Amino acid sequence: MTPESPAGAIALDRVIKRYDGRAVVDVASLVVPPRTCLALVGPSGCGKSTLLRMLVGLVTPDQGTIRFGDVALTPANRRALRLELGYVIQEGGLFPHLTAFENVALVARDLGWNDARIAARVRVLAALAHLPEELLARYPAQLSGGQRQRVGLMRALLLDPGVLLMDEPLGALDPMVRARLQQELKRLFGELRKTVVFVTHDMAEAAWLGDEIALMRDGRIVQRGTAADLLERPAEPFVREFVRAQRPPVALEAAR
Amino acid sequence: MIPGRTHTMWRGMLQMLAAMAAFAGVAAPAAAATPVVVGSKAFPESWILGAALTRQLERDGVPATHRRNLGGTDIVWQALTSGGVDVYPEYTGTIAEVILKTPGRTDPDAMRAALAAQGVGISAPIGFNDGYAIAVTADAARRDGLTRLSDLAAHPDLRLGLSHEFLGRADGWPGLAKRYGLERLDPTGIQHELAYAALAAGRLDGTDIYTTDAEIADLHLVTLVDDRGFFPRYDAVWLYRLDLARRAPRALAAIRALTGRIGEREMIHANARVVLRKADENAAADSLLMETLGAGASAGGEPGVAASIARNTLQHLKLVGISLGLAIVLGVPFGVLATRSRALAQLTLSIAGLLQTVPSLALLAFLIPLLGIGAAPALVALFLYSLLPIVRNTYVGLTTIPPALDEAAAALGLSPRAQLLRVRLPMAMPAVMAGIKTSAVINVGTATLAALVGAGGLGDPILTGIQLRRHALILQGAIPAAALALLVQALFDALDRVVVPKGLRLRAEGS
Repeated sequence: MTPESPAGAIALDRVIKRYDGRAVVDVASLVVPPRTCLALVGPSGCGKSTLLRMLVGLVTPDQGTIRFGDVALTPANRRALRLELGYVIQEGGLFPHLTAFENVALVARDLGWNDARIAARVRVLAALAHLPEELLARYPAQLSGGQRQRVGLMRALLLDPGVLLMDEPLGALDPMVRARLQQELKRLFGELRKTVVFVTHDMAEAAWLGDEIALMRDGRIVQRGTAADLLERPAEPFVREFVRAQRPPVALEAAR
Repeated sequence: MIPGRTHTMWRGMLQMLAAMAAFAGVAAPAAAATPVVVGSKAFPESWILGAALTRQLERDGVPATHRRNLGGTDIVWQALTSGGVDVYPEYTGTIAEVILKTPGRTDPDAMRAALAAQGVGISAPIGFNDGYAIAVTADAARRDGLTRLSDLAAHPDLRLGLSHEFLGRADGWPGLAKRYGLERLDPTGIQHELAYAALAAGRLDGTDIYTTDAEIADLHLVTLVDDRGFFPRYDAVWLYRLDLARRAPRALAAIRALTGRIGEREMIHANARVVLRKADENAAADSLLMETLGAGASAGGEPGVAASIARNTLQHLKLVGISLGLAIVLGVPFGVLATRSRALAQLTLSIAGLLQTVPSLALLAFLIPLLGIGAAPALVALFLYSLLPIVRNTYVGLTTIPPALDEAAAALGLSPRAQLLRVRLPMAMPAVMAGIKTSAVINVGTATLAALVGAGGLGDPILTGIQLRRHALILQGAIPAAALALLVQALFDALDRVVVPKGLRLRAEGS
């Protein structure tokens, strides 16, 4: 990472997005400290995905600013900034017409890397994501859901971005695969030391992966804190309700 | 959207259009120092007259070429006024009705003045009238003493079989019956060809005919004289460009030589040679000139069947290849452009859709004044017809990509160009290819109409065969055209394997 790249904090200041006059995101202030993982949780339609999509520049806020370190996100620098962000969606968001290898290599090809450099980088990433190299020649349709997700993660990490933005990446996986990938993501976050925003509706997943949790409802952040904060000192009845509806408290205790 | 890129795209398209215009300019006949071009419409009598004049011009030392089968009146008239054709045979009734749109007014001086205003001259009558008439069998004529239409009134039992069109037209049977008091006759509606068979078998006494129909001589029919002047005159004349007087003065002499000499009897015989005895129109023209001017000419050798099929197929492929190629090169970018905004999509798709609805003959007639005759108007028409499936399928293919994948491509930080070329177009490729395939097959079929504007191809034998009712000739065009369509289909199916990414086919085949 270059020194001026946005390794630093992600900071949102009075960010509002409205659809048909209704504010779907209305965040007065949110800071994600460098090299920490913030889990964004909340019920469906609470605005957590829209918030994440604003960070990638796929949705433009009606007002407010989003900063990566010292750099404010604008339509003009959006594309350059995206090269510093890794974005992962459900099922990996792989392109069906490209092999796993070419999916990962896509941006490098656009940037004009030579074949040797690309191959070396993809090998490193495959080892990191625990993807057997012989699967790289397969098309997405020939991979399992978990394998697709590993490839999606490799693609996001290709340029070694300072920031990882993940939108319910494990949402479509069966419980066994999901549990294994949760373990591996935890390991990766620890190894790679990236700033991560992780969207999920699963409280246990949020508690397991996030250094901190931000709980959203109707576009607003209701409470921000550790899993223990949310469990033991709920800011309002909704927080208790949401936490209890999700998991037996025992599981959350274990995550502490 | 980036303004600079759009700008380049437009500039590219303008260059393409300029190249097309230049190509069209090359394909259209240049005005000066070229042979006199004799045109003819798509029926035997017109071919024979065209061939006869071409022979006469050559004999007088005027370089001349014959462009036969130039569709109907609209097309050959457009070709004349735009300079693609210098002279062609026409009928006074058609000039009044179709060209000048003054039905019934066949006064020569008025017509000459009206045509001169458009740079066109009209010759003296060639010598025969090719209009409607009623003809009866020689037996009936002898038995009932029939020579004139007014004789019919006294024979209400006469068995007349009339074509449905003639029965329906106000200037056909209803008007005729009124003028001659024939209300007591009870004609039967019958198809024209069947009427001849019925006359030959003695099942009918008379039918409506054109006065130079080949069958008149063959069946020994007697044409009844129109003694009360009911039928409009369709006297054959030459229409020619007035600038011939300057460009090729000797051509006018040749045209004059072919007026006032050819009567109905001679024309009927010449038509019979081609229609009934399957002679080549050049041979028929030679005999006609021999009979009427007492001069003969050596006939050029006809190419063999295999050679002519090969030549027509090659020409057909050329028309299809160039027009389809242009449609792909322009249609795909237009389809991409349409995805930029809803307004652009509406505009692009409705223009392409509108073009598709223009009848092909109308489109060809419209293009001739702009591009002349020959390959250019045919190529442009085929190009326009090929456009819609390609534009629409490209648009649909791009807009049906799952939004999450479109966003993933953007979120990766790919340049707009890479998003289009590395992700969006490859994913849309199955739809794009399906569009191209549809266009190609339509194009192979539609290209048979190119023969109407003198562009040749497999439509040439089909058109000639239809006129001559010679099925073998029709098949010489129709079978290779059908085979070509199948071949094109197979070629594009094979091309799918190369062009459509394997990963997409896996998805289509898998579970």
